[in-house]
Amino acid sequence: MRHIISLLMENEAGALSRVAGLFSARGYNIESLSVAPTEDPTLSRMTIVTSGSDAVIEQINKQLNKLVDVAALIDLSEGEHLERELMLVKVRADGTVCEEIKRVTNVFHGRVIDESNSTCTIELTDTCAKLDGFLQAIGRDLILETVRTGASGIGRGDRILKL
Amino acid sequence: MELTGAEILIRCLQEEQVEYVFGYPGGAVLFIYDALFQQDKVKHILVRHEQAAVHAADGYARSSDKVGVAFVTSGPGVTNAVTGIATAYMDSTPMVVISGQVPTGAIGEDAFQEVDAVGITRPCVKHNFLVKDVKDIASTIKKAFYLAKSGRPGPVLVDIPKDVSNHKTTFEYPASVSIRSYHPAGKGDSAQIQRAVRMLLEAKRPMIYAGGGVVLSDASAQLTDLVRLLGFPCTNTLMGLGGFPASDKHFVGMLGMHGTYEANMAMQHCDVLLAVGARFDDRVIGNVEHFAEIPRRIIHIDIDPSSIAKRVKVDLPIVGDVKLVLDELLDVLRSSRQTLDAAAMGAWWKQVEDWRAMGGGLRYRNSPEIIKPQFVLERLHEVTGGNAFITTDVGQHQMWTAQYYKFDQPRRWITSGGLGTMGFGLPAAMGVQMANPGVTVACVTGEGSIQMNIQELSTCKQFRLPIKVILLNNGYLGMVRQWQEFFHGNRYSETYMDALPDFVRLAEAYGHVGMRIEKPADVESALKEAFARKDDLVFMDFRTDPTENVYPMVPGGKGLSQIILSEEL
Repeated sequence: MRHIISLLMENEAGALSRVAGLFSARGYNIESLSVAPTEDPTLSRMTIVTSGSDAVIEQINKQLNKLVDVAALIDLSEGEHLERELMLVKVRADGTVCEEIKRVTNVFHGRVIDESNSTCTIELTDTCAKLDGFLQAIGRDLILETVRTGASGIGRGDRILKL
Repeated sequence: MELTGAEILIRCLQEEQVEYVFGYPGGAVLFIYDALFQQDKVKHILVRHEQAAVHAADGYARSSDKVGVAFVTSGPGVTNAVTGIATAYMDSTPMVVISGQVPTGAIGEDAFQEVDAVGITRPCVKHNFLVKDVKDIASTIKKAFYLAKSGRPGPVLVDIPKDVSNHKTTFEYPASVSIRSYHPAGKGDSAQIQRAVRMLLEAKRPMIYAGGGVVLSDASAQLTDLVRLLGFPCTNTLMGLGGFPASDKHFVGMLGMHGTYEANMAMQHCDVLLAVGARFDDRVIGNVEHFAEIPRRIIHIDIDPSSIAKRVKVDLPIVGDVKLVLDELLDVLRSSRQTLDAAAMGAWWKQVEDWRAMGGGLRYRNSPEIIKPQFVLERLHEVTGGNAFITTDVGQHQMWTAQYYKFDQPRRWITSGGLGTMGFGLPAAMGVQMANPGVTVACVTGEGSIQMNIQELSTCKQFRLPIKVILLNNGYLGMVRQWQEFFHGNRYSETYMDALPDFVRLAEAYGHVGMRIEKPADVESALKEAFARKDDLVFMDFRTDPTENVYPMVPGGKGLSQIILSEEL
């Protein structure tokens, strides 16, 4: 099953490779991983999207917690949470195609952020599944580039991950 | 007054009461060795290969409960040390390895003797550090020792670039340390412990399975009290040997791939299993699905949550320091009014005794013509009064030693269990002897393993280490040969050790005493003669039966009750 794990770790050189290395060394899946410093510059917040059986997910959580640089961890998918991913898509678009793209973009609440004679670039922020849906709606033939950040997640309401 | 980074490092080691450092100098650690030279509190043991430095520090730590310390230089110094570090990691040895690094300005430029030490060791250390500022040396060393020793112990590497070891700053060693992202477990959950006691007392076919965590936590006394109080059968893993006295009537021997029939059968058929500081690894319970075929309730005590429910489902996890958990468990047990089902216990013990009889115990057919390795180990146990510190290498000799040298005390049995590192025994014995001057130390080895670090005979000479090397020389990489015999149609691919050196003359060339023993009748007298030489390293080349196999055996991937007994039984 798909899980979103969120963690706070020391913002130090090498911390990211400890997490990435753990996943490859133990053969865990990693669908996406996004990381950036928080309001406290000594801490980074990481969101990992992974999948596996309950036993594997339990091990992933425990192994991550065991890393000395990991300060706090939450499996967001165990409760109410929000997830968002940012995507930039450049499509081949001239004349009539461009209008159709814009229509689809509006349906998905995206924005066109760049246009040229032959291309059109769309920014879209939503759940991973919605982004997949958008790509499907546009169709692979028209897509020139896809850039996705990987999911960022946060708990709903009082579910807070903080030191 | 300002000190150089190197001087600060040495002062830190003094503060940590480090007595010995095992190491090998080189370009990137020149300043460190210079600072070492100018003091005499921290003594240095010069090995002949960096792998041996780390194994020696490992043997030192395992036999003393102190943190082992090793120094290596950058590049090949670090890569040579990796096998030793991985060995320590797999067996949870507290250790701090200091490695030199090229100067900070040269990092990343493929400088001479540069490797990414932190990157290369990352998967086999508890934690590691690259110190980029001389001001961070003292606090980093403090953290390194704290991390190495606390919680589940393990090796910590501190990589120090050459320029940092020569920069100056004021020295102040932190009085205490706290790491906000690191909280090792202490006491166990009291409610869980109470549940555990109820579950144990309800058992009809109970079993206690204890591993290296008991030794690491110094909880042998607690475990022994618990087993005797409950009257349950107790088995040890390879790493746990000595954690419970082998001469106790509750002991059913080691379990696992080369464990006793009764230990493996009791493990498979018990209804309540108490696992203490053990991790259900593949060499212990074999096939996980087969193990799960018979339902049993499992209580698992371990300091590392990730060891719990990793390979088998656990009904009652207790995360905590084994010693503290057992202390509390004993208190609850002593005040409990619940009683054991005496009839069920009687029937269970009868079953265990039946298995013991069916398995025939550990038995081999002795011979008047050719030396049986098991015979040497039985005589070794007798001649040393069962009190020696024994290190081993890896293979058949290791399993026979585990089976036949009955350990009654912890920290006497020093072996590479997790990683299975050939070449471990001799350097580990050096560390054991340094930590325990005056005690009897023997390294049981094979002609394959001993050649992987035989250069250390030179270190032993320099530091006058009177280790007894018990070489069980059967001319084969015996364990691999055994698997080839069982599972590969007797095709002995590359397991015959041709062109062996004359070990007696080799020992003599290093300045030691060498003995060759070829007849069973000479085994005991030779051992007595060797162990009477208190000040000499004696290298004993026992020519043993090349066809002997280790029994019992649970073949890889099979279940515990699918155990193969000796064909002679």
